[in-house]
Amino acid sequence: MNVMDTRSTSALLYLDGVHVSFDGFHAINNLSLALEPGEMRAIIGPNGAGKTTMMDIITGKTKPDEGTVLFDGKTDLTRLDETRIAELGIGRKFQKPTVFESQSVEDNLLLALNVDHSVRGTLFWRGSRGEAEQIDRVLETVRLKDVRRKLAGSLSHGQKQWLEIGMLLAQDPKLLLVDEPVAGMTDVETHQTAELLKEINRDHTVMVVEHDMTFVRELGVKVTCLHEGTVLAEGTIDQVSSNDRVIEVYLGR
Amino acid sequence: MAHVLTRSLDRAATIFVLVVAACGVLIPLSNLLLPAGSALQVPTYLVALWGKYVCYAILALSIDLIWGYCGILSLGHGAFFALGGYAMGMYLMRQIGTRGVYGNPILPDFMVFLNYSKLPWYWHGFDMFWFAALMVLVVPGLLAFCFGWLAFRSRVTGVYLSIITQAMTYALLLAFFRNDFGFGGNNGLTDFKDILGFNVQAEGTRAALFALSCLALILAFLICRAVVSSKLGKVLIAIRDAESRTRFLGYRVESYKLFVFTLSACMAGVAGALYVPQVGIINPSEFAPGNSIEAVIWVAVGGRGTLVGAALGAVVVNYAKTFFTSGVLAPYWLFMLGALFVLVTLLLPKGIIGTFNSWWDQLGSKRPNADSAAREDGVTEPKMAE
Ligand SMILES: Nc1ncnc2c1ncn2[C@@H]1O[C@H](COP(=O)(O)OP(=O)(O)OP(=O)(O)O)[C@@H](O)[C@H]1O
Ligand SMILES: [Mg+2]
Repeated sequence: MNVMDTRSTSALLYLDGVHVSFDGFHAINNLSLALEPGEMRAIIGPNGAGKTTMMDIITGKTKPDEGTVLFDGKTDLTRLDETRIAELGIGRKFQKPTVFESQSVEDNLLLALNVDHSVRGTLFWRGSRGEAEQIDRVLETVRLKDVRRKLAGSLSHGQKQWLEIGMLLAQDPKLLLVDEPVAGMTDVETHQTAELLKEINRDHTVMVVEHDMTFVRELGVKVTCLHEGTVLAEGTIDQVSSNDRVIEVYLGR
Repeated sequence: MAHVLTRSLDRAATIFVLVVAACGVLIPLSNLLLPAGSALQVPTYLVALWGKYVCYAILALSIDLIWGYCGILSLGHGAFFALGGYAMGMYLMRQIGTRGVYGNPILPDFMVFLNYSKLPWYWHGFDMFWFAALMVLVVPGLLAFCFGWLAFRSRVTGVYLSIITQAMTYALLLAFFRNDFGFGGNNGLTDFKDILGFNVQAEGTRAALFALSCLALILAFLICRAVVSSKLGKVLIAIRDAESRTRFLGYRVESYKLFVFTLSACMAGVAGALYVPQVGIINPSEFAPGNSIEAVIWVAVGGRGTLVGAALGAVVVNYAKTFFTSGVLAPYWLFMLGALFVLVTLLLPKGIIGTFNSWWDQLGSKRPNADSAAREDGVTEPKMAE
């Protein structure tokens, strides 16, 4: 017990004994996981393992039936709503890229910027040079400079993924939850995304869900394999992929 | 692209303001200064009729602000319009004074008739114009604030929200029908005499009311423009298109909805207040659910999400209504309105102005170095990698 207490203070994100069921279906079962500050963690697992649901719990979209979810060792995320959690510094990229399709690429980034989000603040907002430069930097990083004035809805699938990562960058959260960032990308784009995430990881804590094993291998970070809502294995990619239970789960389907 | 868009929208906005201002000046002048019967003289009955359209245009703007930009489909906005109208009606009733049938200096006729011994508390203060004018904003605004606070905080959205707004206006309809509610029951408030000392029937007053309505339309339009072209406007569109995504960025969606819903209700109230002295009556039928639905149709026809479209839609549909309901086709007007709505939904889903805008953009995208094809709404859904 004592060990857990100390861990819960040092970890940036700490989940313990989390349960969620949807109409009797146990999507998350006794899930426990801890992310140290500055860490990047890859989450793998077969379809329906509960990876997205875990992110829903962390970001306040889904309330767990049981269990502890602590941010920064002190904040109980299960009591807060999505807005509050985002304000604390947890940003999220969705599995299905979700950008504001009828607005321009730069407006998407402008909306994501971590500035005054109050009604009054946005009503009387005036752009500042600092904000414009930050948007320029993000556009540069995610290589969308040429399409900055295009509507987000007109981007290709891969570009939308990048725009959403760019929105995360603009948001500049402490913890980034990235759900399947390379789905639908070419090999080159996948490689670029891995590079980008590694760079982001220099000053952010990151959790990445991904099926693409080459990508996960390229990240070269600790891997957690989920199955039926619980942690099946944890370790390096080689350790996890040689784990008998993991092999069984992946092949047994 | 974005700045071209805003510039062209600004141009449209300027044109709109100029046209409304010109109408607001020229129509009253022509009515008052030109000799009756001259070809260019606008007869008084038309001034009153068009004044009504202008009030409807303000109502349409208020609906477009929440529906077109924030995705809140209110099917009860007629209630805010009617409440503003009643507040003005109460002032006009108190101005009658001893000129009523019963000659009671304090109590309006219907109260004497219903054996009221004294003025109900909520009628106090309405003998003062400034107080009534304040209530025109406060009453609809407060109702919208309370309603919105409950609804948006519990995240009632979409069809459910539309249904409860209908229920709200229906409940008010029933309440205002009651004689003991203190607003004249099913007869409502009528037989007005003066407004600010001017005879409401006089040509000069009518012309002034028309000009004021145009001014109010311009102000409402400019307020809406200011809101939608600010960063707040971008947040509203974000909420409309992807509400939960907006929350995950750290925006308190319910506050935004509450703000815009309350603002919109106040605008509807002003529209109602200007409407009542021009039509000379306010009664519970203004709360009829059908009225609110009709107002939504104006916006859909004109172009949801385009402010000019909403105002235009209100005028065009009501012009058609006046035209058709005065002829042999009168009994079929509701069918025609329904058919119009279906046709617009199927053929012109973006409404008149929306369709015109995308047509204009397409024209632009054929020119070299224009990247405006991006405005096209027919964005293909991304293939999910699942
Ligand atoms: N809101 C919900 N209501 C009912 N069932 C749900 C809900 N959300 C998720 N589930 C179920 O919970 C299980 C876990 O889903 P989840 O989306 O978390 O899986 P995943 O690991 O992200 O899978 P994938 O790799 O396919 O994205 C699935 O069986 C899913 O059907
Ligand atoms: Mg998933």
